Amino acid sequence: MPSARRLWDRYRSASPITIALLALVLGLVVGAVIIIATTPAILNAWRGTFHSWGAPGHALKVTFDNVGAAYRSIFTGSIVDPPQFWHSVTTGRGWTASLTPLSETLTYAVPLVIASIAVGITFQTGLFNIGANGQAILGGIAGVAVATLVHLPMALHLPLTLLAGIAGGVVGGAIPGLLKAYTGAHEVIVTLMFNYVASYFMLFTLLSTPLQLPNQTNAISRTMPGGTQLAPLFGTSSGLRVNYGIVVALAVTLFAIWLLDRSSIGFEFRMTGANPHAARASGINARRTLVISFLISGGLAGLAGVAWVAGTTHYIDQNFLQGSAGIGFTAITVALLGRNRPIGIVWGSLLFAALEVGGSNMQANTGIPYDLATVIQSAIVIFVATPVLVKEIFRLRALRAESVKVATAGWGS
Amino acid sequence: MRLELRGITKKFGSLTANDHIDLIVEPGQIHCLLGENGAGKSTLMNVLFGLLQADEGEILIDGEPVRLANSGDAVRRGIGMVHQHFMLVPVFSVAENVVLGFEPTRSLDRLDYARARENIRSVSREFGLEVDPDATVESLPIGLQQRVEIIKALSHDAQLLILDEPTAVLTPQEADALMAIMRSLAASGKSILFISHKLKEVRQVSDVITVIRSGRVIGSVPPTASENELAAMMVGREVSLVVQKSAATPREPVLEVRDLVVRDDRGLAVVDGVSLEVHAGEIVALAGVQGNGQTELVEAITGLRHVESGSVVLAGRDITNHSPREILDAGLGHIPEDRQRDGVVLSMSVADNMVLNTPRRAPFARHGTRNLRAVRDHAETLVESFDVRTSSVEAPLSSLSGGNQQKVIVARELSRPLEVLVASQPTRGLDVGSIEYVHREIVRVRDDGHAVLIVSSELDEVMALGDRVAVMFQGRITGIVDPSTSREDVGLLMAGSAPAGTR
Repeated sequence: MPSARRLWDRYRSASPITIALLALVLGLVVGAVIIIATTPAILNAWRGTFHSWGAPGHALKVTFDNVGAAYRSIFTGSIVDPPQFWHSVTTGRGWTASLTPLSETLTYAVPLVIASIAVGITFQTGLFNIGANGQAILGGIAGVAVATLVHLPMALHLPLTLLAGIAGGVVGGAIPGLLKAYTGAHEVIVTLMFNYVASYFMLFTLLSTPLQLPNQTNAISRTMPGGTQLAPLFGTSSGLRVNYGIVVALAVTLFAIWLLDRSSIGFEFRMTGANPHAARASGINARRTLVISFLISGGLAGLAGVAWVAGTTHYIDQNFLQGSAGIGFTAITVALLGRNRPIGIVWGSLLFAALEVGGSNMQANTGIPYDLATVIQSAIVIFVATPVLVKEIFRLRALRAESVKVATAGWGS
Repeated sequence: MRLELRGITKKFGSLTANDHIDLIVEPGQIHCLLGENGAGKSTLMNVLFGLLQADEGEILIDGEPVRLANSGDAVRRGIGMVHQHFMLVPVFSVAENVVLGFEPTRSLDRLDYARARENIRSVSREFGLEVDPDATVESLPIGLQQRVEIIKALSHDAQLLILDEPTAVLTPQEADALMAIMRSLAASGKSILFISHKLKEVRQVSDVITVIRSGRVIGSVPPTASENELAAMMVGREVSLVVQKSAATPREPVLEVRDLVVRDDRGLAVVDGVSLEVHAGEIVALAGVQGNGQTELVEAITGLRHVESGSVVLAGRDITNHSPREILDAGLGHIPEDRQRDGVVLSMSVADNMVLNTPRRAPFARHGTRNLRAVRDHAETLVESFDVRTSSVEAPLSSLSGGNQQKVIVARELSRPLEVLVASQPTRGLDVGSIEYVHREIVRVRDDGHAVLIVSSELDEVMALGDRVAVMFQGRITGIVDPSTSREDVGLLMAGSAPAGTR
């Protein structure tokens, strides 16, 4: 069969997309191993094989049941529950329950797409923005401040709220950018530490400024008025949280495609990232490029922060983007997963959001901790970052010969 | 040692770097492996030194088949290699470098320096390779550093020495000294495998010359073969080894460098009061052993390095310490010395590399948006007229050979409005065919009435291309001579001493 042959060849030639899909498979395998090693029911069943002959079959069944249940609930919790969906299709009822998983995944994906693109842009410039989370926090604060403390007609108020979010992030990006350009301070250190500055600055604004909800002692902000919120896509009565933030994320994706693939400044970003020496010799002002890259990145990270608040909670408290909710940190891995390309980042964000949302469902249904989703995410990123390993495992055409070929195409031979 | 390679084949994916190579090196023979870049010389040497494993074929030492799984195996079998880029630790002493990896120790693992020094002295005595065992390597001139590499190989009792392009970094005098060493080593029974693409020296020192092209042995010839014959074997067609050019008709000065002082990264004045004029319609070739300030001089002219004092004037405009952008826009074309570092972005397409320093200029971009069609059309025109061999203009530059990468740079620089062309080592690492091409283009730029400054450490190139030859030594111009001056006299200037009859 020639077509099967071609498909096989294509599989063996190992494109980045193949690698990403295989990394997903391997990530799930790692997750399965961890489920097996940590679920008492499975371990007990295998322990039973020491006592009776018929037990291995039983133990295998228990294993598959448990792992299957876990992964099934990740799927049904994040994408669709087929029986429930079929019920909606046949009876026309229960659509909210049928669509909630997908709605939740998309809701989580929105800020992740924006923040990951923010990080990806600096990566393409050869810079590390580890501070997207802090910039997103600043964006959230600025957005909530403009939304709650300024009174404007709606047509102006929402755009201004989003712009304020961008501005907040720009400030957060400008500081490491300027410090690196003019003093040589390493952006990894500065951006990393600035996450803490942003978090504590947030506590300050929530406790000691007019942003705090009146008559409150807790760290909680006023609520954004309706006109400044990113409204649910299907109306408030739909019960689905997915909101117009999707439009914002889409716009950011299109902007990033233009920026990186079509704009002059994006060309200079990529040149600087790929070969700073050649960039300099070609007359590119390295300082200017790195500052602009950081301003754009910070601005988008800020937009991610405000899009999250305006689309979901509508207020911020001390837990805003803290701990496992720190999308700015997840964004670093998503950017890596998507190879810093906007389209790749969109797919990566959807995957990570699905694992995130599905993980909660898994914990609720099977008792397997939500953290397993994080483990799977991490494993996927590790596999994506080590394509040689993936190719070795799946017996793909050797990468090494390829890289040698590239190396010998140059000098030295 | 008698070395025999039988049917060595090495493939990288679809590329066959070595295709059934047979080669015999007799004891006491200087055997030269001659070939263009990319012909497969380095691959073959890496196979022989155990750094790569052959897919087919066998290696026989004194008639006995051997398996060399790594370089340690090769060293134990008596094979020593002197790499083109020295594998020495600059801050260590000569003795420390020589024993590195095979350190003699006394009890309790203490290094036995006395024995290390004694080893070196005995090797030095035996082969006449004088060097102070206690000198730090970085304080030695390049020629002596190379000697340390040779001593290192000999101290491991090497019977076969592989020398990979050993003369690339030497002055003519140092190269002559090396040839003498090679002859004396051969006389004492060592076999030498000498890799080069320089026809002159190959004929001077070899007993047998084996030419390889595209991974295959083309043939073995005695050193009496003519240069044209060897070049034709290397390239596969007749090539012109002489640069065809008419007499220069210099006009007004275009590039004027006055009393330039430039410091390197360590703060030393590596360009120390250089004055130089390049006129429209002439080629000034700057000769000198690498590391005598030529690199920094060019960096200062192109705006990549701060000028401490003095001035650079381009077409009547003072461009001293202006940004690279302004200098490029003022009409300076630059073919950088390290082209993969400064001249191209390997991961980007051929088309993008063609507009690397003009991405914002019309018609390649308007209002900050690139016109990819214009970029592609531009690249297709240049690929066509400069005969760049590439599968498409969208192919990444890394997929091109070194010569074609250089053509991309030449095409790009010559397609901009130009006042002066500054070309550093324009043919380094290129094969004979590409060298011929680049030389022709450079002469064409001159004939179009532009000023050209060439910087090269290849004396042949300097003498063939230059209408005037300036020699640089330790940051100063030691002489500006006519290209008809003898090689010996230029060599003396390169070493810092003025021969009689020059200024």
